[in-house]
Amino acid sequence: MPLRAKVATSVSKTAAALSRAAGRGDGSVIGGWIGLKIDPDLLAHLASGRAVALISGTNGKTTTTRLAAAAVSHIGRVATNSFGANMPTGHTSALAKAGTTPFAVLEVDEHYLARVIDATTPRVVALLNLSRDQLDRAKEVAMMAQLWRDALAGHPEVRVVANADDPMVVWAAEGSGQQVTWFSAGQRWHDDSFVCPQSGDPIERNGGDWWCTGCPLRRPRPHWRVEDDGVVDPRGDWHLVKLQLPGQVNLGNAATALAVAAEFGVRPIEALPHLATVASVAGRYAQVDRDGRNVRLLLAKNPASWLEAFDMAEQAPTLLSVNARDPDGLDTSWLYDVNFAPLRDRLVLITGDRALDLAVRLEVNGVAFRHVRTFDEAIQAVPPGRLEVIANYTAFQDIRAELDRVN
Amino acid sequence: MSTESTLRIVWIYPDLLSTYGDRGNLLILARRAAMRGIPVETYEIRSDQPMPSMADIYLIGGGEDGPQALAAQRLIADGGLHRAVNQGAAVLAICAGYQLFGHSFFAKGAKCPGLGLLDLHSDRGETRAVGELRGDIDPRLGLPPLTGFENHGGRTHLGPGVQPLARVTVGIGNDGQTEGAWHGKILGTYSHGPALARNPAIADLLLRWAIGADSLPPVDDTWPERLRAERLAAASN
Ligand SMILES: [Zn+2]
Repeated sequence: MPLRAKVATSVSKTAAALSRAAGRGDGSVIGGWIGLKIDPDLLAHLASGRAVALISGTNGKTTTTRLAAAAVSHIGRVATNSFGANMPTGHTSALAKAGTTPFAVLEVDEHYLARVIDATTPRVVALLNLSRDQLDRAKEVAMMAQLWRDALAGHPEVRVVANADDPMVVWAAEGSGQQVTWFSAGQRWHDDSFVCPQSGDPIERNGGDWWCTGCPLRRPRPHWRVEDDGVVDPRGDWHLVKLQLPGQVNLGNAATALAVAAEFGVRPIEALPHLATVASVAGRYAQVDRDGRNVRLLLAKNPASWLEAFDMAEQAPTLLSVNARDPDGLDTSWLYDVNFAPLRDRLVLITGDRALDLAVRLEVNGVAFRHVRTFDEAIQAVPPGRLEVIANYTAFQDIRAELDRVN
Repeated sequence: MSTESTLRIVWIYPDLLSTYGDRGNLLILARRAAMRGIPVETYEIRSDQPMPSMADIYLIGGGEDGPQALAAQRLIADGGLHRAVNQGAAVLAICAGYQLFGHSFFAKGAKCPGLGLLDLHSDRGETRAVGELRGDIDPRLGLPPLTGFENHGGRTHLGPGVQPLARVTVGIGNDGQTEGAWHGKILGTYSHGPALARNPAIADLLLRWAIGADSLPPVDDTWPERLRAERLAAASN
């Protein structure tokens, strides 16, 4: 058999080739928890009298919430949970701490959206995206879309701002039965929506467009969309968007924030200067100088956001850190849903609880790397200049703690 | 195009069954073949394409209920995979893909017909099996212990026509006692997603079956061995 022969003759060649191988808390939750123990309706009481926007989705909700809150602040004080405490205890704390404000913009964990809609009777709900996250325990993506759909169907008075590029989101939003304001923020991640949530048939894609091959579900025409380095509004006017936050993904988040602000009557031309003031979001994108290295922190908590992080990171030495603690999800399989090839031409360091999973993944991906045990070891391993840090959730918090809980 | 001396690997329906990093198994197999100087061609066959029957190794991954049922329907209607198995192709079937190789499985509360290529059937367990999985692989296969992560609601019952892949030492697997199944050159396992990342010896077994070799030249498995040691230790706690 020819193959057997090939194998035999390759032994010596292979041996040579192989020798190359190298090898805590912001206090933003506890107050709300105590408050809700005392009065289970506290969140509803605190929300009443305010015009509320809720922002939910798998990715981008913390940043979009921060940008939308900045935009809405053009017309009055805004209560917001800017540290990512996105469950009812966090909402309760944020509203209590803010005192009386005419507006509130709240990030909501996707599992809690129905409950928080019931409690806060929001003016607007923005639905960003649904992709796999925390594989070992998150509800399957289609099931989450069904929960959203049911939640909105019970509240026809709520205005919905939703992502036209995500079939799961479109199906959930259309269930609300009223007009939806659609946005297109540009979506790189498609692997979770090959199958129609409505009919189970394959979804076809062509460029940015998509449609179900078995039922009427298809991409609605977006009212707001990203174009070049700006955003086109529903009237067709293009606005240049200048941000301190890096990457195409944040341009998309800005488009969403503009669409949410418009529901409060804030025009893009009024909102844009406020978006430009946002420099970091709960440590994300923050830059810290340490021993002559300029460390920049990028959070990547699931496959979709790793792709976005590679897009944002400069061509500079990069530290990757991966944990698999409860908030991250215990399963590291997602590492194979991320193509790390963009990192091939730079110095790559790895660390974290699950650095060995990452090591095997990078080896398969043809990315050379060095394993470091501590953040300080990483700092010493790179030359002065930029060090990009890309980490998943608890790994990010660990490194943020090393940097004195930078915001 | 492919020649007789090229190893052909098919990944079945990545559009339906790739929820948990299943691409990893294709990448690892292709890499381990290439490291031995074996020319490889890989094919990702979507559910709207005919399933070729001439490949040497077939991989099928995990997924949600709807896509699992759709994949089974299409594979039965297509017939290409059945022909491939009858011609002696090697198969690695994971999670939802493993279940649909049996006579029947449950998806969205309904009993669905499977491919009938493994003598087993699956139903729903009372609890979801989530966590580290560890087992001693059937000694006839001559492999070190299985390590994996499982995440499934199904329970699988083996018929006399298959052997358990492993005896469970940590986790649930098929039913808390046995894990996975093998018959001929078909392997099924609940060790989900990129199972071969932690079990390179299983990747090499598939390669050996496919090329008819008793052994393969060793490769540098420093990092996979470190990962295995860490995960096997973590699972025993
Ligand atoms: Zn459909």
